[in-house]
Amino acid sequence: MNQVPLEQKVLKENDRIAGELRARFLEHGTLCLNLISAPGSGKTSLLEGTLANVPCGLRLAVLTGDIQTQNDANRLRRFGFPVKPITTGGTCHLDAQMIDRHLADWDLDAIDVLMIENVGNLVCPASYDLGEAAKIVLLSVTEGEDKPLKYPSIFFKSKLAVITKTDLLPYVPFDIAQAEENARRVHPEIEILRISNTSGDGIAQWIAWLEERRAQALAAQPVSLV
Amino acid sequence: MHEVGIANSILEATRAEMARHSAARPLRITVRIGELAAVDPDSLQFCFAALTRGTELAALELKIEPCPRRNCCPACGAEFTVADYDFRCTQCGEERTEFVSGDQLELASLEMESYESSTA
Ligand SMILES: Nc1nc2c(ncn2[C@@H]2O[C@H](COP(=O)(O)OP(=O)(O)OP(=O)(O)O)[C@@H](O)[C@H]2O)c(=O)[nH]1
Ligand SMILES: [Mg+2]
Ligand SMILES: [Zn+2]
Repeated sequence: MNQVPLEQKVLKENDRIAGELRARFLEHGTLCLNLISAPGSGKTSLLEGTLANVPCGLRLAVLTGDIQTQNDANRLRRFGFPVKPITTGGTCHLDAQMIDRHLADWDLDAIDVLMIENVGNLVCPASYDLGEAAKIVLLSVTEGEDKPLKYPSIFFKSKLAVITKTDLLPYVPFDIAQAEENARRVHPEIEILRISNTSGDGIAQWIAWLEERRAQALAAQPVSLV
Repeated sequence: MHEVGIANSILEATRAEMARHSAARPLRITVRIGELAAVDPDSLQFCFAALTRGTELAALELKIEPCPRRNCCPACGAEFTVADYDFRCTQCGEERTEFVSGDQLELASLEMESYESSTA
């Protein structure tokens, strides 16, 4: 019997495409963010609040992943920014190839911030690099403060955790400090924002976070030699 | 349930490797899965069995090596396994230690019978 060492990533093809995407985003100064949460935690609502409140001149674009429908894309189109649905036809996550394919006819020079809404799922999307600058995990106050400990992978891989539906805090036994502590146990450096998409609380801080990240993406852009 | 896709990627890599060893039969593929990889070993085994049944890889065994989270200490250089989210250095007690590994999703090796390399 012989043993051949393989020593490669299982998802090396996905990672290769994601690496190419990341290089393209860097080159064009496009900030790409990958929004991940359980179904219904408020990804599309946060995007609605974002598109409605972006600072003048900032050019956003959205890719929304959905297993079956185009509902989320339809909700987002009315703001006038480019929005494209990615219907996965059963697959529980987006992969780098789907992003690559759906970006084919978009000019990245015309996109400052590309937001990707992943399929509602707290597990599978964590494994797939989409070339994003940051994964962002959303956790709504109706889901329970133990979720970071139950789903550590996505909290570990996200730069930012957004606790959503804070307007419901008076009605649910959700210990927000404990939730944040749990997220930091899994990932000590994680940043955390609290947002209500319904009341608009915290949206300003979220937009400020976006702008800061956007500035970082521009600063990292290689200087053109032309 | 992205374990189907993961299992498929493992089988693709196996087939690619076997194409280089025409006179050998694959026996066992070993993968490393970190506790932060978001992959469930049981459901991966289940998908792997379902995808290989009735194929030329039906006899192929999937061996999963679970990998715990490992951190290292900037103060004393020790590397240690993190248990129960306690990141303190097990050697010197330093509070702030750094992530080393634990999100692996890697193919380690492929074992086969009567190995004959077709490439140099
Ligand atoms: N009270 C309250 N409800 C919210 C908030 N954000 C979202 N919702 C509601 O929660 C439900 C789901 O919100 P969506 O934005 O569609 O959630 P999603 O994460 O995009 O859902 P999927 O794409 O299906 O995974 C909707 O009925 C929203 O109106 C919030 O901050 N407060
Ligand atoms: Mg949605
Ligand atoms: Zn130490």
